[in-house]
Amino acid sequence: MTSSTQAHHGGSLLSKHHILERNPILLVIGILIMVAIGGLVEIVPLFYLKSTIEAVEGMRPYTPLELAGRNIYVREGCYLCHSQMIRSLRDEVERYGHFSLAAESMYDHPFQWGSKRNGPDIARVGGKYTDSWHVAHLTNPRSVVPQSIMPSYGFLFETPLDTRALVANVATNREVGVPYTDDQMANVMNDLKAQVNPDTPEAAALIKRYPKAVVRKFYPGSPEVTEGDAVIAYLQMLGTLVDFKQFDDKANLR
Amino acid sequence: MSEPVQLDKVSGQTTTGHEWDGIRELNTPLPRWWLWVFYACIAFSFVYWIFYPAWPTTSSFTSGVLGQTNRTAALADIAAAQAVRAQMAAGLEKASLAQIAGDPKLLELALAQGKAAFGDNCSPCHGSGGQGQKGYPNLTAGRWLWGGTLDQIQATITHGIRAPNDADTHASAMPSFGKDGILKPEEIRQVANYVRTIDGVEPEQGVDVAAGKKIFLDNCAACHGEDGKGNIEMGSANLTTKVWQYGNDISDLIYTITYARNSVMPAWGQRLDPETIKSLAVYVHSLGGGR
Repeated sequence: MTSSTQAHHGGSLLSKHHILERNPILLVIGILIMVAIGGLVEIVPLFYLKSTIEAVEGMRPYTPLELAGRNIYVREGCYLCHSQMIRSLRDEVERYGHFSLAAESMYDHPFQWGSKRNGPDIARVGGKYTDSWHVAHLTNPRSVVPQSIMPSYGFLFETPLDTRALVANVATNREVGVPYTDDQMANVMNDLKAQVNPDTPEAAALIKRYPKAVVRKFYPGSPEVTEGDAVIAYLQMLGTLVDFKQFDDKANLR
Repeated sequence: MSEPVQLDKVSGQTTTGHEWDGIRELNTPLPRWWLWVFYACIAFSFVYWIFYPAWPTTSSFTSGVLGQTNRTAALADIAAAQAVRAQMAAGLEKASLAQIAGDPKLLELALAQGKAAFGDNCSPCHGSGGQGQKGYPNLTAGRWLWGGTLDQIQATITHGIRAPNDADTHASAMPSFGKDGILKPEEIRQVANYVRTIDGVEPEQGVDVAAGKKIFLDNCAACHGEDGKGNIEMGSANLTTKVWQYGNDISDLIYTITYARNSVMPAWGQRLDPETIKSLAVYVHSLGGGR
């Protein structure tokens, strides 16, 4: 053996890598340990840092109609062009409103942050436009925004809302951690109808169960509850639950 | 498996000493510059840990010397921008709308700020030039449902029209004369034709316009006035200006009278700050229709 070969297989720790290199099982275990450290450091803290798990006043589960609208939002792939995530950057805050909080998507399964903005962010679109604007815009986007490239969703207003799976959907949400109460669970179908029938005792009961719920016939053009009603109910609620006049930006930085 | 390091005759390089079935590996080390950049990156990460948030602890994380967080950074950015603007807009906050309109410097500022806010918040309905569209009023025509003075425009923007979440919103409701059975379809056609005549449009042939006039005086004049000139106190439209929010085709008018439109505008006081609304009022007033 020459002297250089001896150095190559010598006693220092760094030169022991050939033990790992020549033993696939050991190499895999080594890789797993490294990835696990990365995961522990980057993912685990998100479950206990205050700024990511802060409880924010005003958040409540979706009403049945909003949940149905949200399902249609997901079904139609709205998230492919619209984000629901106002980043903590000055220009975004000035255009869209207060930056999004983690708590604002706490009842989203799955969340709709999106990753692309062909259209604007709609995390706080609730109340920005009127129902009739939403009807016109969803039916023919270019009738109100000439430069829009959004497709037409006019069929939503001709399609009665399919509610067969809604009770099970609410139950599933509860299963994965959304705190629907027994009272809310028992009244899913009542609340669905109540949200498009303002000034009724049922509507008052709905608002009691779901504070800040917007109750009105969102699409007056059809006596039935259409998919369009559900989508607009969802849109009109987005970003309206947390009262930012009450929210302390600096309370939970850690 | 391993053998002594050799000199490769073809390339002039040494081998690593690894050998598999007679195949040897040349010892080609990483370029020096690459290696040093790599070491520099490792050194940089230590510096980063000192200054920026890096490592989790059991209940928190190491915040770094600079104490930087995305939230504080955004809040500081916003505060800095507001401070710059506050200097420029100090006048806007204190000045009345009339004073803003009379002061060239304030006016320039208000118009610039109003234009930006209008593009984001108002143009989706009222059009990028305030020209409106079917269902959404034209702001350049000088025809105002709730008044076109600076103060009236400011009030309308702040509180909206039939806005569900503002107690001071402009509220009035035209009855659904057809849907609620107040007028028969034939009567609606007559009064729709009469309304067209007071706006200078020829009525349909064979429709009793005189009967329409009587229906108008009995049912519509209380709000729209006997002359049809409307009343901004209750937001009733002036029917004599040739400007029609929902169109003046006979079918449009019949629909309006049958179902009533009672359009809604959001209360922007809930979303925008008072200075922005002042700027918007001045900007909208300047679009051509202000009084």
